[in-house]
Amino acid sequence: MIEFNGVHKWFKKLHVLNDINLHVKPGEVVVVCGPSGSGKSTLIRTINQLEPINEGTLLVDGMNLSDKKTDINKLRAEIGFVFQQFNLYPHLSVLSNITLAPIKIRNTPKAQAQQQAMALLERVGLAEKRDAYPTQLSGGQQQRVAIARALAMKPRIMLFDEPTSALDPEMIGEVLDVMQKLAKSGMTMVVVTHEMGFAREVAHRVVFMDQGQILEVAPPEQFFLHPQHERAQQFLKQLLSPMH
Amino acid sequence: MLKYHFDWSIVTSGKYFDWLVSGLKITLELSSVSIVLAFLLGLLIAVMRMSHIKPIRFIASAYLEFFRNTPLLVQIFFWYFGSYKILPTAVNDWLNSTNFEFAAAVIALTIYTSAFIAEDIRSGILSIPKEQMEAARSAGFSFLRSMQYIILPQAVRITVPPLVNQFLNLAKNSSLAMTIGVMELTYQARQVESYTFKGFEAFTAATLVYLVISVSITWAVHVYDRRVLNPQKAG
Repeated sequence: MIEFNGVHKWFKKLHVLNDINLHVKPGEVVVVCGPSGSGKSTLIRTINQLEPINEGTLLVDGMNLSDKKTDINKLRAEIGFVFQQFNLYPHLSVLSNITLAPIKIRNTPKAQAQQQAMALLERVGLAEKRDAYPTQLSGGQQQRVAIARALAMKPRIMLFDEPTSALDPEMIGEVLDVMQKLAKSGMTMVVVTHEMGFAREVAHRVVFMDQGQILEVAPPEQFFLHPQHERAQQFLKQLLSPMH
Repeated sequence: MLKYHFDWSIVTSGKYFDWLVSGLKITLELSSVSIVLAFLLGLLIAVMRMSHIKPIRFIASAYLEFFRNTPLLVQIFFWYFGSYKILPTAVNDWLNSTNFEFAAAVIALTIYTSAFIAEDIRSGILSIPKEQMEAARSAGFSFLRSMQYIILPQAVRITVPPLVNQFLNLAKNSSLAMTIGVMELTYQARQVESYTFKGFEAFTAATLVYLVISVSITWAVHVYDRRVLNPQKAG
């Protein structure tokens, strides 16, 4: 579904992605973790080409991202992206945030798009907020709307870039809950997160990155109990007991 | 002692009143057509300024600097006295048979004002967080569609106050069209003065009418802003 083969990327002189090789299978949930600045956000952003790659090949849903003939807009429509800062459209109501892309890109009739949007809002538990504007919602609510907005395009892949990092602790659960249900439904997901509880319960594999490299890829039970790489061990130690 | 005898009746009824009314109609036509066109053209130039294609950016910048930095009166004269000279005779004959002075005034006012509007909208666009463009692009919208549905609606909303200024400037600048014979409000006030020597009354009337036009534009945009653009602010 997603295939990184020898992918490199530089920001000026900074080697942000260094020889990335990773294959994500359909229906698989992959959690990417690592210290800040390790390149994990850049990695996930290359998948829908918010960041272009400089070297190597990246195949997404059978399309080669380096190929000039690839219709990047068409590909992006098949990939849902959830941002750390939600990035809802502030000038549109919750309902219009969700229906905009289906109506304008998929040419879904308005009534049908609204019906689907309401079903998605039910699913994320925010049906009563349909007419609210984003600024009137809490962070957790905004992020759930953002997930519904991404799902409205019926994507084949969902990408989450630190979806709970900007949230107050008491709102993290409601967002993870939605993501967990989504994972159970068989969605292909790549999730950059520090929520190790989520990784342990939901992920099929955990990818550990540091300094632009993938240092370890393992099923969660193995990664959390017996991390192989020294830096992964350090990272987990710090994450699990930050006071020491 | 004041020798001047006021006669307000000439501007409140009769022939001269009718002249002023016909001038008002032309002023309203000229202003409203030019405001709509200048706004659309301003949007286009602003988006061109944000393009990632260098020649397009360059054309937009050159346009903007050129028309922003030359006097409107010169531009009006250019379009009316200059532009048609390079056109074929047949086109010229046709132009002469039409209301060319009105068209030239619309062109000049539109182009001149669009340069200022483009700058205002551009600063509006720049103040929208770049994550909005990313969100739009990752949903599958092209650059232009992202502009159309996500960036420009937000940019225009925060650009409303400077836009009102540009609309007001345009309405007031439309009085310059009298210099090429457009029979708008100022032209007619001047006519009334020539025929009656009642300059005080004629231009007081014109002044008040411009004031009403300006206040109406401000009010109309304000209502549109509260009802349509930013309904969440209204509550």
